[in-house]
Amino acid sequence: MLDSKTPEGPLADKWTHHKNNIRLVNPANKRLIDVIVVGTGLAGSSAAASLAEMGYNVKAFCFQDSPRRAHSIAAQGGINAAKNYQNDGDSVHRLFYDTIKGGDYRSRESNVHRLAEVSTSIIDQCVAQGVPFAREYGGLLDNRSFGGVQVSRTFYAKGQTGQQLLLGAYSALSRQIAKGKVKMYNRHEMMDVVLVEGKARGIIARNLVSGEVERHSAHAVVLASGGYGNVFFLSTNAMGSNVSAAWKAHKKGAFMANPCFTQIHPTCIPVSGHYQSKLTLMSESLRNDGRIWVPAKLEDAEAVRQGKLKPTDIPEADRDYYLERRYPAFGNLVPRDVASRAAKERCDAGFGVNGTGEAVYLDYASAFERYGQTEANVLGLKDPSEDRIRELGKAVVKAKYGNLFDMYRQITDDNPYETPMKIYPAVHYTMGGLWVDYNLMTTVPGLYAAGEANFSDHGANRLGASALMQGLADGYFVLPYTIGDYLADDIRTGSVANDSPEFMAAEEEVKTRLRAFIDNDGKTPVDDFHRRLGRLMWDNCGMARNREELTQAMKDISALREEFYADVRVPGKLDGYNPELDKAGRVADLLELGELMCKDALEREESCGGHFRDEHQTEEGEALRRDDDFTFVSAWEFQGEPKDAALHKEELEYKNIELKQRSYK
Amino acid sequence: MNLTLKVWRQEGPKDKGNLQTHKLSGVTGDMSFLEMMDVLNDQIIREGGDPVVFDHDCREGICGMCSMFINGEAHGPGRGVTTCQLHMRSFKDGDTITIEPWRASAFPVVKDLAVDRGAFDRIIQAGGYVSVNTSGETLDANAIPVPKADADEAFNAATCIGCGACVATCKNASAMLFVSAKVSQFALLPQGQPERKRRVTRMVEQMDKEGFGNCTNTGACAVECPKGIDLTNIARMNRDFLNASVTGE
Ligand code: SF4
Ligand code: FES
Repeated sequence: MLDSKTPEGPLADKWTHHKNNIRLVNPANKRLIDVIVVGTGLAGSSAAASLAEMGYNVKAFCFQDSPRRAHSIAAQGGINAAKNYQNDGDSVHRLFYDTIKGGDYRSRESNVHRLAEVSTSIIDQCVAQGVPFAREYGGLLDNRSFGGVQVSRTFYAKGQTGQQLLLGAYSALSRQIAKGKVKMYNRHEMMDVVLVEGKARGIIARNLVSGEVERHSAHAVVLASGGYGNVFFLSTNAMGSNVSAAWKAHKKGAFMANPCFTQIHPTCIPVSGHYQSKLTLMSESLRNDGRIWVPAKLEDAEAVRQGKLKPTDIPEADRDYYLERRYPAFGNLVPRDVASRAAKERCDAGFGVNGTGEAVYLDYASAFERYGQTEANVLGLKDPSEDRIRELGKAVVKAKYGNLFDMYRQITDDNPYETPMKIYPAVHYTMGGLWVDYNLMTTVPGLYAAGEANFSDHGANRLGASALMQGLADGYFVLPYTIGDYLADDIRTGSVANDSPEFMAAEEEVKTRLRAFIDNDGKTPVDDFHRRLGRLMWDNCGMARNREELTQAMKDISALREEFYADVRVPGKLDGYNPELDKAGRVADLLELGELMCKDALEREESCGGHFRDEHQTEEGEALRRDDDFTFVSAWEFQGEPKDAALHKEELEYKNIELKQRSYK
Repeated sequence: MNLTLKVWRQEGPKDKGNLQTHKLSGVTGDMSFLEMMDVLNDQIIREGGDPVVFDHDCREGICGMCSMFINGEAHGPGRGVTTCQLHMRSFKDGDTITIEPWRASAFPVVKDLAVDRGAFDRIIQAGGYVSVNTSGETLDANAIPVPKADADEAFNAATCIGCGACVATCKNASAMLFVSAKVSQFALLPQGQPERKRRVTRMVEQMDKEGFGNCTNTGACAVECPKGIDLTNIARMNRDFLNASVTGE
């Protein structure tokens, strides 16, 4: 049984109490301690900056050409915080409750409560850094609402909230780089973590430009390397997003928790062709004002697919606003997993609206009218025409979501101001990740995981606008304190040697692995294998899963892995800039992870959040949890092959919340 | 469609580069420009060659990593888009497309189409921040109201993605649009005031040190900027810089 090291005491006092009691490292001693941070997204940048401010010597690594490019930059909709500025009854407790419920009761109470507690400081901090959040005319901060909640607690900067928050963290990081407290390694990839006497004492990194393999030592290592959605090949992740840092840690003893908990985001631009390299998200904030529907009649859907009928010509009575129909209380704002499955259900039943049959409408027509009417009232217009109202409404929508509408038009060549958008679910985020205790330490002493790379806060489904909150909470306000408890033992260690036998052996192993790729006599490019892996994952470990398909998929992935090593062609050289070689290493790790995800999905004989097992559903087709048998975190220990991983359990205790079947009806 | 591609190939910063010609068929209008490059690289790898190196990551116009000079234009034809958002429907069957890296002495070529934009990071490190520690113990976020118009304008300036198209486009390889966007973001917000003079002085100094050229007000940068960063930011920065040098930090 795994020990989460959750502090004693009442839930609301745990974090304060813990902070008051954990060991500290005094400022003079912090100067003697080195910390490595891998990844410079929200969690990594904020952790690196905060640790450096506190006095630690930090080395930060990113594979991109600048820390500002990390994929947090692409988060669109917003960041939650229990500020209750709207006076709509929000509170720390409510944010805590919504997050646990949204996660379908598979996250750790103590961590989630801490997250809700520190959420308010994040907003204060970001405003002080000059992050330009959206404001109301009175000059105060504006909020919007997101799926799965009934209050308005999301702070935002148009559809570019992630960008603005990341640039805030990047500027804090840049300040520390200028001071010499952070040494930044751009275009560097972590190849392995190095353990000395059972403790994480550094990493092997590769300079992607020169190809040089480097040994970096430290007293502790923080992985903030993001999620692994790219195992599906097509996802909203950036092209370079990968699991390698986390997976290498897993192979060195860090447990992987709930790897099958994947978030499939309901509002993405549908797939258009085979060559496609990634999918693009349309912010969930669009569900605030847009209405989702498909034709109510099969023959209309058929006609639409053949291009014989335009959506705007389908009368109201013949449209099925299926979310509003099935979930009247939350309507279009049900949580992501529910919205995604509902779209799949309609499309599987034959109501899909594009050539592939995999798309539903997201319609702004009624928002144009509603906003236009309000605007006309404000302007004091007498009897404005319908066209005039619609024009006014479009202007309002443009101000709110203009960049998203432009992006849609750019990709699809369709004008969303004139015709409803087409959307379909796509892989977006992974709730699973490295198992961490309350201090965010993995099962390897001295190895920490923050942000999407860990598993801790979102259970089986993440609520919208909570990823940014968690990344910054971990990096600014949690990890910099909790890591002191471990490092307090290291004030007399002195600098860690990077030429010990452990480091030399790890370096050699990395070099051998890289050389094997270049020397391989294969014919097929890396992407080919990645695409096939993605297809296997999407078909068998996607929105709905079952025993038979998962069992088969595990075999297929293992076979694909074998084929990969026999037939992959990696051009170019070892010593030089070679993106194909970087990709090969990442895909090799994804080919192992995929199998473990299927195994995890297979063993979790229940449906919860984003994990839906065909065998476990209610009569109405809703997810059926099995709390008596599965109220635990699955933490997998590597044992040579993904299929042989050993299961460890962390029992989840709900002392402050009653477990209920989730209902959004 | 069938295309002829003339692609810049260069081994490293010190090597001489040249344009190499490739024929490519089976390109469709729905492909993004980078997906077309993927198809090209797939073809090159299968033929046993060395694929073209280019920078990219998010492929949705926000990370600022992609950077191609296409037919003489930064991020190619079309306004308000990055290379990754450009779609092949902007081209015709039979077209010849010339693809080059950003060219500026402050952006040395890493390999082929990838360049080193570290100079931008160093300019931000020189002062592109508010010096506030991340303790969380600051004012309540709503303690200082900010007029919506100022907040919106600061946001617009802050949407710069640091791609460097402005530099690549400018005949003087000036970085004024990029630097002024960051300077303006903070100049427009109350939180940016205490360091306003110091910030602009240091960032401009660093910009000069990096070897970017002077601004001669041609405005080409703003035309090619994928995020529509406005020229008024440059005017604001010039005012602030002058003010700082006259009145001192
Ligand atoms: S100002 Fe525009 S062109 Fe220049 S770096 Fe910023 S976004 Fe790119
Ligand atoms: S790849 Fe990120 S902006 Fe083009």
